[in-house]
Amino acid sequence: MNTTSTHFVPPRRFEIYETTLNQVSMWEENFKNNGGIYIPNSIIIPTDAKQDSLSDDTSHGTPHKFDQEASTSRHPDKTQRRLAQNREAARKSRLRKKAYVQQLETSRLKLIHLEQELDRARQQGFYEGNRVDTNALGFSDKMSSGIVAFEMEYGHWVEEQNRQISELRTVLQGQVSDVELRLLVDNAMKHYFQLFRMKSAAAKIDVFYIMSGMWKTSAERFFMWIGGFRPSELLKVLLPHFDPLMDQQVLDVCNLRQSCQQAEDAVSQGMEKLQHTLADSVAAGNLGEGSYIPQITCAMERLEALVSFVDQADHLRHETLQQMHRILTTRQAARGLLALGEYFQRLRALSSSWATRQREPT
Amino acid sequence: MDKVVRMSSEKGVVIVSKSSCCLSYAVQVLFQDLGVHPVHEIDKDPDCREIEKALMRLGCSTPVPAIFVGGKLVGSTNEVMSMHLSGSLVPLVKPFQANLC
Repeated sequence: MNTTSTHFVPPRRFEIYETTLNQVSMWEENFKNNGGIYIPNSIIIPTDAKQDSLSDDTSHGTPHKFDQEASTSRHPDKTQRRLAQNREAARKSRLRKKAYVQQLETSRLKLIHLEQELDRARQQGFYEGNRVDTNALGFSDKMSSGIVAFEMEYGHWVEEQNRQISELRTVLQGQVSDVELRLLVDNAMKHYFQLFRMKSAAAKIDVFYIMSGMWKTSAERFFMWIGGFRPSELLKVLLPHFDPLMDQQVLDVCNLRQSCQQAEDAVSQGMEKLQHTLADSVAAGNLGEGSYIPQITCAMERLEALVSFVDQADHLRHETLQQMHRILTTRQAARGLLALGEYFQRLRALSSSWATRQREPT
Repeated sequence: MDKVVRMSSEKGVVIVSKSSCCLSYAVQVLFQDLGVHPVHEIDKDPDCREIEKALMRLGCSTPVPAIFVGGKLVGSTNEVMSMHLSGSLVPLVKPFQANLC
């Protein structure tokens, strides 16, 4: 082996040539072990050293080129060239690695999305399964088909959402005009408003379905407030992404946070009252007698109010988004919408990861 | 109807509501938070039906809750919430805030 030539390397030059030599040795081993066939891997080799090793192997002679001491004093240009080529090869290798990692991450995201779709399809299957036993489970045909339609529409909504988020991310990384950005921001806002409309229609069909959040992933459901995200939570998530804020904006955001919290608390208390009233209706009269039609009828009437609560909660979400849009500049709003979109993406990814983890055999 | 308007002009802020209406209760809670304590529950009022009809005629999709400030109909829950988030509710009710001494 040629490693003996390291003895001839003067100490002060050792560190420069050490890596080169080791890499060349590794390559030679690789070459020999693979039956003389060069198998490319991430080992970095200066190209002219490769030629040298080849000739060295066949001739078994003293490798002149590896006599470092001799070559540095006699051929400074060659070593400089070798170093440059080494750097270039290292750079290319880093780029290749980066591309590979990016590929991996994209595939992983795709996998997560596919798993979510699968979960949703399973849930749909559950709902459609119920349709078969309409009498047994008490779901009306119209209810099921309305909800199935909502689920499908929601699936498309999420796809479009992901597309918009990617677009925002890409655009914000480069140079983008305010005009183009405003268009993207307006589209993103309209997209959220569309969801509220969809939910309103679905709530009229089956308010319990919307309230239970069955159309969302498990982590999203955990944070739910009356059929959706908490407006105050939204502001909390977005706030750090707006810096720097102008003085007037700081004041406006402060006021919005306070009024949002107050509105949310008021609606929450109304909701609690509804729950109490509903529970009282169901439990009214004498429990245990086996006839409870009046109680059910009364409770049914009260349940109608639940729809208006879901609407009101969505109205708060709508207005909070609207006010943020008013307070912020286009650029700030774009960053905020990107942050919000990714926040929900992460919650969905969390749900998938958690579900996968549980399925692993212990 | 005039009764309600009159009451509003006198007391400043009136929420026409029903004891069974939980959204009305939510609006009440909000106003209380702002230091205003209005309410008129019409289901206990003999003119309940009349008032409901009059409110519907005024354009309210649901008769209750209907919020009046200074004699004028502000709207229902939606309007009140929008106004509060946009910051225009507090200045509107400021003259009627209870002074908690």
